[in-house]
Amino acid sequence: MAEVISIPRPRVRAVPGTVVRVLTYSATRLAVLFLTVVIGVYLTILVANMGGYVDVIKRATIREQIGLQVSLDPVMRRLPVEQRQARMEELVRIEEQTLGLDRPFLPRTFVYLQDALVLRLGFAERMTSDTGSRLVRNIIVDRLPSTLLLFVTAQLLLFVTSVLWALSLSRRYGSMMDKLVIALAPTSAPPAWFYGIFLILIFAALLRVLPFGGMVQAPPPESRLAYTLSVLRHMILPMTALFLTTVFLAVYSWRTFFLIFSSEDYVEVAKAKGLSSGAIERRYILRPTLPTIVTTFALGLIGAWTGAIVLETVFNWPGLGRALYQAIGLFDTPVIVGSTIIYAYLLAITVFVLDIVYALIDPRVKVGIEGRG
Amino acid sequence: MSRAFRDLLKYPSAAAGLAIIAFLVAMSIYAVATIPYSEAIRLWRGGEALWAENPRNASPVWVNLVPGRDLPRTIVVRSHQAVRTEKKLNGDVRQFSISLAFDYPYRKFPRELAVFFEPEYTDRAPNVALLWRSPDGNEIRLTEITVRRKEVYRISADSRLQQDLGGRPEVVLLGDPNAPDQPLRGRHELMIRGFLFDESSQLEPRLVVYGEVYGLAGTDHQRRDLIIPLLWGAPIAIAFGLLAAVGSTLSSLVIAAIGVWYGRWVDGLIQRITEVNLILPALPILIMIGTLYSRSIWVILGVVILLGVFGSGIKTYRALFIQVKEAPYIEAARAYGAGNLRAVFQYMIPRAVPVLVPQFVTLIPSFVFLEASLAVLGLGDPVLPTWGKVIEDAYRQGALFTGHYYWVLQPAVLLMLSGLGFTMLGFALDRVFNPRLREVS
Repeated sequence: MAEVISIPRPRVRAVPGTVVRVLTYSATRLAVLFLTVVIGVYLTILVANMGGYVDVIKRATIREQIGLQVSLDPVMRRLPVEQRQARMEELVRIEEQTLGLDRPFLPRTFVYLQDALVLRLGFAERMTSDTGSRLVRNIIVDRLPSTLLLFVTAQLLLFVTSVLWALSLSRRYGSMMDKLVIALAPTSAPPAWFYGIFLILIFAALLRVLPFGGMVQAPPPESRLAYTLSVLRHMILPMTALFLTTVFLAVYSWRTFFLIFSSEDYVEVAKAKGLSSGAIERRYILRPTLPTIVTTFALGLIGAWTGAIVLETVFNWPGLGRALYQAIGLFDTPVIVGSTIIYAYLLAITVFVLDIVYALIDPRVKVGIEGRG
Repeated sequence: MSRAFRDLLKYPSAAAGLAIIAFLVAMSIYAVATIPYSEAIRLWRGGEALWAENPRNASPVWVNLVPGRDLPRTIVVRSHQAVRTEKKLNGDVRQFSISLAFDYPYRKFPRELAVFFEPEYTDRAPNVALLWRSPDGNEIRLTEITVRRKEVYRISADSRLQQDLGGRPEVVLLGDPNAPDQPLRGRHELMIRGFLFDESSQLEPRLVVYGEVYGLAGTDHQRRDLIIPLLWGAPIAIAFGLLAAVGSTLSSLVIAAIGVWYGRWVDGLIQRITEVNLILPALPILIMIGTLYSRSIWVILGVVILLGVFGSGIKTYRALFIQVKEAPYIEAARAYGAGNLRAVFQYMIPRAVPVLVPQFVTLIPSFVFLEASLAVLGLGDPVLPTWGKVIEDAYRQGALFTGHYYWVLQPAVLLMLSGLGFTMLGFALDRVFNPRLREVS
């Protein structure tokens, strides 16, 4: 492993030191995480494989490709049916052999692992992408942006609001507002889709002011501005649902966290020195708690990725989660396995970004000693 | 312990949480005691024949509590309470007439009218003519049928009758001739006249005047009484939440303790597994298992526990145990020669109880909602009546679009209650057991 990098004390040289530290650290973490992803995806494949389902996908893909190939080949088309059939079987056998489908299960799983890692996810059985493609990869690529749009926006908004709100509460704890937030913290037990149902009931069914679901109105507006506005309008309810399910608990735990930190001796000293409360917050409360803040943000995002499935279903949001839901309904195994792998990647990427940010903001992180500070 | 309990009750949220949990437990006990498991499954899975006398998508009766609203209930008139005459003709042939009479007190029309026949005969099926007599003495002939087997004559669905009457049968038959948009209150009567041809012949007809409301919980699209899944949802939800929470917290506690105690590669391995587990997408894996293998709640429970064992809880416990391991009393235990297992189970793990208990209680609702989430995705246990399944049915039938709000609201409120109850208790426990939080809150 890489050597320990000491952080130079003088301010001038802090920047290059940080860069080297972060780079080495990220490289190590990337390697470790890649290994983790490999193991994670392998486990996913084992789960999917136990019933031989991936085999079925593979064989179907081969048959489809070869069938297409045979039907397009003019020489083949002139052959009588039996001969053509025999030739096709022969081709399928050869192809299965090259892919190793005739080999025993265990070595074969490694072939699948390789395919999954390079996102060669095969063909969907029933679903198609918006452009009509049957490739699982295309289906997923179609849906991913809408999931990202909704969840990253909601998480960012939620994060900023809860941290700022918590700071202002920790300044005047014991106030009415403070007590209210504490009392409301248990409302975070239900997941977002649960609030979604109530929001749809109130704002769509009863008041009829906001849409029941979907991402844009039908037919989609022509102009770009109208389109954006329509998407924003459709985002209000799912975002509110995501917001309601986390905000009070988040504010509550942040405020408790900040309060614990603001009772530290160095904060008292800073107060005695007569620093402004803004400066104290920035330098002595926010700075040391930053790693925890970032971790919580990333963990929230991870939680949101998986929670997306039901929320998108409830709101008819055309994202990855809804694709997965549709795939369940259609028993489209390749799409289910493919989306699971994509979720594994999303989680891994989130963890990786978290690690880099961690290394940037937490000088205690040392490469090669402890994974996390 | 009793002091801790008294401390706990000082928090109003804890008292409220305990009250909610007590209510849910009482509901579970009531459900299990009054409707045995097999009976609940039979009723839930029995199909429409079992529920034929219930109206479809009827609201619960409590919607009538709204002032000025008086939705009709279902009226069932059975032949054994009815006035009947029977006259013997030549041979075995008997002429009979049965009058199924009922008082109609409501200001709104019923949803549907139907007559159920359960004939018994050996050779020739009974022949009947149906006649409707309204309170003002008006008589309308409905139809004439030969009842060959157990069958239902749906008066409201008879299109020829509808044509003859010039409107929906239940509206014309029950309507007030002077104010056609209102039912005529009073005693309506369905006369069934006909012939029985065999000696053993029997005909037990019953008239069902379907209402708009039914029972405490209403009915769903298959006419099933929703009280069954609402009541039975409680024990299932609590059992699932409790078992999953016990399974995952206890096992991760033990694993964390073992890892810290033995250190070195054991600890390293446990930490690596935790990191892999963090990347495994739990819900998609559950979905995959639900789709490919089994939807049984026990299989799902097992997988939930497996995925939860190496969850984020392990890191919390590990941090705690690292401190505990250095405590002098552990050293003392070592000095007197306590074995590894004894040290782990007698001295380390008990120290984590204050952290464990609140976490454990707060975890329960997350599993309850996980079960509901899977049910909403259509991956709920195929046999069990649960709250999540009711929400799923309602959603698939577009209950929010069609205005059947009770269908979604009732299970949702129960889910919300169980979520709030356990979380409120858990948060208060956290403050009682971890005084550092108490100082600042």
